[in-house]
Amino acid sequence: MPRHKAKGNRLEAQAIFDTLKGKFGDAVVELQGEGYSPAFVVVAAAAVKEVSRFLKEDPNLSFDVLMCLSGVDYKEKFAVAYHLHSLKHRHAIGLKAMLPRENPSLPTVDDVWPAANFNEREAFDLFGIVFEGSKDLRRILLPPDWEGHPLRKDYKYPDFYHGIKV
Amino acid sequence: MVGNADLFVNWARKSSLWYLLFATACCGIELMQAGASRYDMDRFGAVFRATPRQADLMLVAGTITHKMAERVKRLYDQMPEPKYVIAMGSCANTGGPFYKDSYCVVKGVDLIIPVDVYIPGCPRAPRR
Amino acid sequence: MTTRSNALPTQEMTINMGPQHPSTHGVLRVILTTDGEVVTRAVPDVGYLHRGLEKIGERVTYAQFMPFTDRLDYLAAMNCNCAWAWAVEKLAKIEVPERAEFLRVIVSELNRISSHLIAFGSYTADMGAFTPFLYAIREREQVNDLFEMLCGNRLTYNYARVGGVSGDAPPGFLEKTKEFLDYFEPKLDEYNNLISYNKIFVHRLANVAVIPAEEAVAYGLTGPNLRGSGVFFDLRKDEPYSVYPKFDFKVCVGTGERGTLGDCFDRYMVRINEMRESIKIVRQAVAQIPDGPVLAKVPRVFKPPVGETYFRSECPRGETGIYLISDGSVNPYRLKIRTGSFVSMNIFEKITRGLMIADIVAVIGSFDIILPEIDR
Repeated sequence: MPRHKAKGNRLEAQAIFDTLKGKFGDAVVELQGEGYSPAFVVVAAAAVKEVSRFLKEDPNLSFDVLMCLSGVDYKEKFAVAYHLHSLKHRHAIGLKAMLPRENPSLPTVDDVWPAANFNEREAFDLFGIVFEGSKDLRRILLPPDWEGHPLRKDYKYPDFYHGIKV
Repeated sequence: MVGNADLFVNWARKSSLWYLLFATACCGIELMQAGASRYDMDRFGAVFRATPRQADLMLVAGTITHKMAERVKRLYDQMPEPKYVIAMGSCANTGGPFYKDSYCVVKGVDLIIPVDVYIPGCPRAPRR
Repeated sequence: MTTRSNALPTQEMTINMGPQHPSTHGVLRVILTTDGEVVTRAVPDVGYLHRGLEKIGERVTYAQFMPFTDRLDYLAAMNCNCAWAWAVEKLAKIEVPERAEFLRVIVSELNRISSHLIAFGSYTADMGAFTPFLYAIREREQVNDLFEMLCGNRLTYNYARVGGVSGDAPPGFLEKTKEFLDYFEPKLDEYNNLISYNKIFVHRLANVAVIPAEEAVAYGLTGPNLRGSGVFFDLRKDEPYSVYPKFDFKVCVGTGERGTLGDCFDRYMVRINEMRESIKIVRQAVAQIPDGPVLAKVPRVFKPPVGETYFRSECPRGETGIYLISDGSVNPYRLKIRTGSFVSMNIFEKITRGLMIADIVAVIGSFDIILPEIDR
């Protein structure tokens, strides 16, 4: 594979947001730019898969690397934050989908970026966010019979687990 | 004659204490380094064994989590008598720096298996 | 049940390569489904060292989290310390004194050398050759001595601080570092003569678990695992941070020299070559280090502004990315640490189909994983 020198065209966050808004309209909600590094494009949860596929396959955007996928608990709602990077154009963007606290779920992106699978399992394990269509969604870090999702802000530590004090 | 045989057996046990290579976390690296070039434990006759069936001593080095706890107990049960356990490092002693805020760290391996010697340190330097 | 013609009917067997195993680099469990000696499926089961670091991060302050980053990847603790410090400084836009940045780069690269030494030593030990492990530890002890001179600890350093480093280099440290580099540089050729091109070693590693470049990128591999597949991407060169732009060094990639591009041997050689480049960087850093303070003025009760940031740094096992959310209080609101080893486990099941059981050990070693990075 040839060296990825700056052959590509590095785009700013506003330009990427405008492209997405033009293509997907209302599914693209807002751009969180000030105080966010990289900037986040907030999209509707149901549109995550189409937006992701477009971000990966469009030749001007070409976001072929999913750097990080994390769950976040903003006290009123959950979010899934995706950090994307392009090896060709050397630009980066964040994608965020806001979810309700009850039954948080959104489509999986592991057919767009296979790197997502383990990260989605981790988000499911620690937050309880369900990724629809995931080929393998089960607990990864905690024992399979653990109760609760620890990284939620309202999580109470259990007293005992299998007879051992927590 | 019986007394002499006992002395002989005890001397053999003391001088060739084979330990189970059970390293979970950072203390495990110090354990490996203690057995390697500079702080050679082989000069005491202590060789590491990968299987509990051939080990006299279990050096629990590193953090034990709830997911791992059952396996620790099983390894201990698989060791033949006489067996000893040394808890190395503060994670194995009491849960270490994860004592206060972690939800899945066992606060000391003595909650699972009986421990004979506790070695403090985080991690413990081999020369001590 | 599988049947081969003119043979007895066979059955698949499920073997547990359990959390306690001499070759799994920590408490990794791999559930193997084998047909004889050939593995049909190898599923990694992680989480045996999950200590809840991310939850702990929400309950302690930014400065108090520094010792926990040591335990995140204890073989490259300096790299993790510095990554956390850089992430917080990026969020709060703190200006770090130049001497501190040079010291951070020196210790990061020395730690890269010592981490790759363990990777080299334990990998060759897994393959059956115990001697290189002792040589690697002998060299590593010297690096540990340097670090002990600098900050008092051999493994978990807690050296970086938000705004700089905890203490200046004592007199004699830079000279001793130069002495170590002069002593160590010819050793790499010694290792190559000893084991790297040994026929049995090459035979065990070449053409095993080939990862093509496109797949490596799609599965999110980073660091030496990605470069072993021929992709020229090194964060220190392509998205430089700190004072790395001042140094001249090459990006090492796999070349398929003894097998196919992207096999275990390539990943191994990338690490050997990276040690050579790290020596170059440390030499330049020691020559160019300026005088000055080593810690910026940071308020005692440190509250960064509200915001979110993602900082990537090149650690020996891949990219360590820290996604940090601050709500203006003394504790982080959310911190997520993305590590190279966790992502390497993702591709594990795919590339181990059809390998022998002994090759599984070769694959685990070639990824150079470390469990606290995976489990956090």
